Amino acid sequence: MAAPRSFLWTRRIFLTLLTAFVVLPVFVMVSSSLKPLEDVSGKFQWIPSGLTIRPYIDIWETVPLADYFVNSIVVAGAATVFSVVVAIFAAYGVSRYDFRGKRVFTVTVLSTQMFPGILFLLPLFLIYVNIGNATGIALFGSREGLVLTYLTFSLPFSIWMLTGYFDSIPRELDEAAKVDGCGPIKALFRVIVPAASPGIIAVAVYAFMTAWGEVLFASVMTNDTTRTLAVGLQGYATQNDVYWNQVMAASLVVSVPVVVGFLLLQRYLVAGLTAGAVK
Amino acid sequence: MTRTAVAPTSDPAVRKAAPGGAPAPRRSGRRRIALPYLLLLPALLLELLVHLIPMLMGIGMSFKELTQFYIRDWSSAPWAGLDNFAVSIDFDAPVGQALLKSFLTTCLFTVLSVALCWFLGTAAAIFLQEEFRGRGILRTLFLVPYALPVYTAVITWAFMFQRDNGLINHVLHDQLGIGDSPAFWLIGDNSFWALLVVSVWKGWPFAFLTVMAGLQNIPRDMYEAAALDGAGVLKQIRHITLPSLRPVNQILVLVLFLWTFNDFNTPFVLFGEAAPEAADLISLHIYQSSFQTWNFGTGSAMSVLLLLFLLVVTGVYLLLTTRGRKTSDV
Repeated sequence: MAAPRSFLWTRRIFLTLLTAFVVLPVFVMVSSSLKPLEDVSGKFQWIPSGLTIRPYIDIWETVPLADYFVNSIVVAGAATVFSVVVAIFAAYGVSRYDFRGKRVFTVTVLSTQMFPGILFLLPLFLIYVNIGNATGIALFGSREGLVLTYLTFSLPFSIWMLTGYFDSIPRELDEAAKVDGCGPIKALFRVIVPAASPGIIAVAVYAFMTAWGEVLFASVMTNDTTRTLAVGLQGYATQNDVYWNQVMAASLVVSVPVVVGFLLLQRYLVAGLTAGAVK
Repeated sequence: MTRTAVAPTSDPAVRKAAPGGAPAPRRSGRRRIALPYLLLLPALLLELLVHLIPMLMGIGMSFKELTQFYIRDWSSAPWAGLDNFAVSIDFDAPVGQALLKSFLTTCLFTVLSVALCWFLGTAAAIFLQEEFRGRGILRTLFLVPYALPVYTAVITWAFMFQRDNGLINHVLHDQLGIGDSPAFWLIGDNSFWALLVVSVWKGWPFAFLTVMAGLQNIPRDMYEAAALDGAGVLKQIRHITLPSLRPVNQILVLVLFLWTFNDFNTPFVLFGEAAPEAADLISLHIYQSSFQTWNFGTGSAMSVLLLLFLLVVTGVYLLLTTRGRKTSDV
């Protein structure tokens, strides 16, 4: 397509403005994280008067950031692993079998996506407390409870996406595996899972990001020892002062692992969306 | 997607073996019926525990007079019938009035946010469809807001919107000279616009990603044929790109709508537990009013009303969009 000049100029202007919009907060994050406290407390400066890496040292002291970090990694990691495994089984069932109640199942699971979180926050809190009282399994305030909660958050989308992905894998592959004497589960892991690995990676990325970024349930369902980063970062604001340079430094430290991971794996996500969600 | 190309079930030999590619006939009949249910069981149990049962409980609670005294054993709370609902929709009294205002704010906010996200995402995806220098970098860069954890992104915006030491006022007031004094962004009427900016910044890359995926399914020769017929860029976008994106857009707009309407994280991190009136989105409003008065019965009734509203909107939307679709394709 030989695009006319007017199109090229529109494109250039639009993309420049959009890039500025996208980059601005990232610039603020990076530059403010390197400023001394006096600078971030005063008027904003495009060019910092003095650079310091002090905030990056202080963030670990002001709040127990390392503990929050560990909590977030354990919770998000476990939620991702379980969510992906459960989604693989469910998507395999939906994609490869016809059975009564299949439509009801898909619609039910997908529709849980639209529930306002606020509707089941309090009931879930009560359920966890009651399970704790009845069985001694501490779900409320524990990492396990958060893992359990988060893994269901990404599940509907993961099942949906993987079902689409599995559908696009030729059934001859399953048949061939069965001829070789594989049962259905063996066929799933020998044939389907390897063939669908881009889709599975995409779903894992999505699940991890969902868990890493959740705020509401993390605020209500954690205590001092299980607090995740989502809640912990609020600790830099004290009654009188906000250590904005430390907030920005901590935000950056918290973001870099997910952003790098995401950007490395993003082509799988695009591929997964193409195969699964976009039909 | 060419789904037909990979669905070999029209082959009679395969179909006879098992519908849907189920295992070989030597397996017992019962096993074959049980297996799909076993595969779905973990997902179903988890959804039941964390979503469905709590939701039913939430509906149950909306009929109870559930104050802090009954929190330990909610089932013993006195029956309230439809009282909670009556309070919620009594628009002459303060509680109902505040809920209505929050609902209308959320509606306006959602329409604006979804429209802007859709527009930016679609425009960016179309502009990045052709190969040019820097395309790959931009494509990666545009996904950064999506990849950043919500709270770090929103905290950064909160810093930028600070009255005295934020970037926004530095640019608008100090550098461009707008206004007599630096404006407040996180309190008062401006907070609506601050929230909208953050929401669009965070949300548009998802539209971009989805539309980009959708664009890959448009065959190139359609554009070439149109170009041969003398159709310019705008005409090609109008007659090829946008119509081809219709099925993608139907889902995209619905998902964006539900996410934005239910969004709790953005206002919560930007404003804290109590949002300014102009930016009091419904999720945060229900949360705040429940925990402020400790009347969870009323809070549940509000949540149920919210759910009903979303169900009706989604139902009508799906009805309208899929009806048009059945006649054109599929």
